[in-house]
Amino acid sequence: MTLVSQATPSGRTGASPAFLRKIVVDPWLFGIFAVVTVSVLVFAALPIFTVLKQAVITDRGFDLAALAEVLSKSFVWESLFNTLLLGATSAVIATLIGFVLAFAATRTTMPGKTFVHGVALLPIISPPFVMALAVVILFGRSGLITRELLGIRNANVYGFHSLVLIQSLAFTPIAYLNIRGMLQSIDSALEDASASLGASRWVTFSRVTLPLVTPAILSSALLVFVKSVEDFGNPMLIGGNFNTLAVEAYSQMVGYFDLHSGALLASLMLVPSITAFLVHRYWVSKRSYVTVTGKPTAQTIRISGAAVVLPISILCYTIVFAILLFYLTVIYVSFTRLPGIDNTLTFDHYATVFTAGFQTLANSLLLAGIATPVTAIAGMLIAYLLVRKAFPGSFLLRWGTLLSFAAPGTILGIGYVSTFNAPPLLLTGTAFIVVAAMVVKNLQVGIEAGSNQLRQIDKSIEEASMTLGASNTRTFFQITLPLLKPALFTSLSYALTRSLTTLSAVIFLVSANWTLITVTILSQVETLKIGVAAAYCSILVFVVLAILALMQLLLSSTSPKR
Amino acid sequence: MSKVIFSNISKRFPVAAGAAAGLAVDRLNLVIEEGTLVTLLGPSGCGKTTTLRMLAGFETPSEGAITIGGRDVTNVPVNARNVGMVFQSYALFPHMTVRENVEYGVRLLNLPRQEMKDRVGSVLATMALETYADRSPSRLSGGQQQRVALARAVVTQPKVLLFDEPLSNLDAQLRERMRDELRAIQLRLGITSLYVTHDQSEAMAISDRVVVMRNGVIEQDDTPLNVYSRPGTGFVAEFMGKANILNGRIEAVDQSTVSIRIASTVAFTLPRGSRAFRPGEEVRCVVRPEHIRVDAEGAMQAKVRRVVFQGAYVEYLTDLEGQECVFLDSNYYRTGVAEVGQMLRLSVDSQPVWILPNSEAADMGKAA
Repeated sequence: MTLVSQATPSGRTGASPAFLRKIVVDPWLFGIFAVVTVSVLVFAALPIFTVLKQAVITDRGFDLAALAEVLSKSFVWESLFNTLLLGATSAVIATLIGFVLAFAATRTTMPGKTFVHGVALLPIISPPFVMALAVVILFGRSGLITRELLGIRNANVYGFHSLVLIQSLAFTPIAYLNIRGMLQSIDSALEDASASLGASRWVTFSRVTLPLVTPAILSSALLVFVKSVEDFGNPMLIGGNFNTLAVEAYSQMVGYFDLHSGALLASLMLVPSITAFLVHRYWVSKRSYVTVTGKPTAQTIRISGAAVVLPISILCYTIVFAILLFYLTVIYVSFTRLPGIDNTLTFDHYATVFTAGFQTLANSLLLAGIATPVTAIAGMLIAYLLVRKAFPGSFLLRWGTLLSFAAPGTILGIGYVSTFNAPPLLLTGTAFIVVAAMVVKNLQVGIEAGSNQLRQIDKSIEEASMTLGASNTRTFFQITLPLLKPALFTSLSYALTRSLTTLSAVIFLVSANWTLITVTILSQVETLKIGVAAAYCSILVFVVLAILALMQLLLSSTSPKR
Repeated sequence: MSKVIFSNISKRFPVAAGAAAGLAVDRLNLVIEEGTLVTLLGPSGCGKTTTLRMLAGFETPSEGAITIGGRDVTNVPVNARNVGMVFQSYALFPHMTVRENVEYGVRLLNLPRQEMKDRVGSVLATMALETYADRSPSRLSGGQQQRVALARAVVTQPKVLLFDEPLSNLDAQLRERMRDELRAIQLRLGITSLYVTHDQSEAMAISDRVVVMRNGVIEQDDTPLNVYSRPGTGFVAEFMGKANILNGRIEAVDQSTVSIRIASTVAFTLPRGSRAFRPGEEVRCVVRPEHIRVDAEGAMQAKVRRVVFQGAYVEYLTDLEGQECVFLDSNYYRTGVAEVGQMLRLSVDSQPVWILPNSEAADMGKAA
């Protein structure tokens, strides 16, 4: 490939524009860049634009009357309002809980921190609707608590209150990790300085600590909000008459075959999601005083007084107890014949899963197994292309991937169905379309992790490789990629967990041949086969935990000897 | 042959909103003779690093051409230029051992296996790195890492060797030792080299020629001795160590000498060489602090403004009839230390005094 570039006429220097030269210097890398960018545009941007188009254009072209007709329907506004209300409420509560957990973990002498930490992270690695399942089992009409313990006959578990409880708990880990990272990276010398100036502990907390973590608090609230807007499984299972945009769009599409309304509702989801995402990216993150490097500074824990530690500990353990109760309930039910009615132990549900339902489990593992490495490597490659090589057109790649991340799964799923149902991109019903959705939806986390790590790798390490005669492509695979290993593993874990537990996008894409475990769980719950659903959930959580542990083991055993 | 020629090289960076003009290097002409070591010296932002990076191939000149050994490399990508580079941060591959680091470039040459091994082995031996060959670079000391970086750069037998402030991460003592080591190896291998630094003493110690740069332009390109003792401009004089630049007037010129009046006294008379001066002409004289001494018979009178005790000597800042004048007194233990406000008589060792070329004086006049 260097032959090509050496053949460049060098008589008139400065004649060829700088961007052409960048391409000529490494045509291979530019080729990769072009392929990646086109793929991102086709599989991320195009489907979203298709949905937006469908929302405003009907068979008769751009039809203002049709648009007005849909917009005048009450369910549109009701579901939009519901979505925003639920998102805001969950965001506030999850962020509060996350903050208390993070503060307890980093600043106090609360006992059993490792245990609290582990349990608090459980919701992140399980499908979000495990909680919904647990709530139905515990508090439903024949609930273990409502009926068995309290004797309430007509408990109504469905609706807003349950959704808030579930989402708050399910999204707490996002807030917890975010705020904890920032609390850890605040140099404790700042708090010492405040104390040395005569500030009481409360003044130090409210005037120094709190302002410094405010960006993390805001950022957590926005992220939880986005997650809540996107959530499909929980509102579907337990929303009852409280319909959100995600559920309404699904039922319009699948229930009434009304593509136009579905597309419009999905497009409406884009508004709060993109707004929150942009506010986060361009406002909150610019206001951070602390750079989270992932390297915690030495922390001295000072708060040991019972007056502070005791109430905080009680609160933390209540949350931990609730999470554990939910998960243990699901496991218990997976071994119970007919929960609430016939509580004898049985392995029947597992037998069902491993015989009749085995195909769906195998599918999930296979497709997630393909999507995970593709997501992670593509993430690193895109991070490299964006951070290190400014090719002409990189902004397309940057915005394409950001869009796919910010857009709710529902719009992506609907977009895939509408975009890829005709040649030359006839992909509906194939495994490929499912894998593509998994990759596109989870790409951005790897890109972020990779970009952050790349910025910490001295650029001259790559330059050294170039002066020694290596091309850009070789440099990426032999020097950059090995140095990106921690980010690669972050991306692998995230992609794996998400691919196995995702629902909102893939529910539109599964077919008779390729169905996924999450979709199966949903339909089991809908047909009231709670035991089988619980068995699936338990297996899923176990599988994710096992693979993550294996990957962690692999990472630590291949880390460079120091 | 690997003589390096920069002809009329300019480098313009895209100007960000609100930033200063983007011309980093302005019509630079420079020749690096085969086998010599040339240093680019200057303050940060003077264009020295950009010039080095253009020779490496990381930056492409906006105008002009660069040749290495007669071959135009202006548009040749980095990896096809066959240059070796030692980076400020060393840039050792952290995930490879010392040997793997050194092997990396040789592998890309597709040599027979045995020859590759021989080359790597002999370079490791030259740099006294054999014992550490299988260690990770992070477990080596700064000086050893520096040697690995050099070994990795020379093992491919590059046509040109580039040094980007290679010693700035070392402590003062080690820096001098490594400096001498680098120079010895460069001389032994006879590789044409370009060296970038902002440390004038390092530049003088290591180079065949020193090129002083400022604002993207070469101020002076000369031997270390001449750059120090016969600076072309006031900037060069002040950049190459401490210097007093005293404004004076030509008092008298004869066959071989020229006398110069500083304020009210004829301060010194010095050999004029082949340069022409006319009486009454205003001149600027470079007088190094070490060439001024306290002397009861001295012609100049100065008032002490500040006294800094430095151990080996006392540094005085004085007022010489309205001009600042710094000098060093290493005889203080005999004569005592003067106090602020005291008047001192000073004399100048006139031999090393240097009169700046007039064009510069005129330029300065215009600027002011």
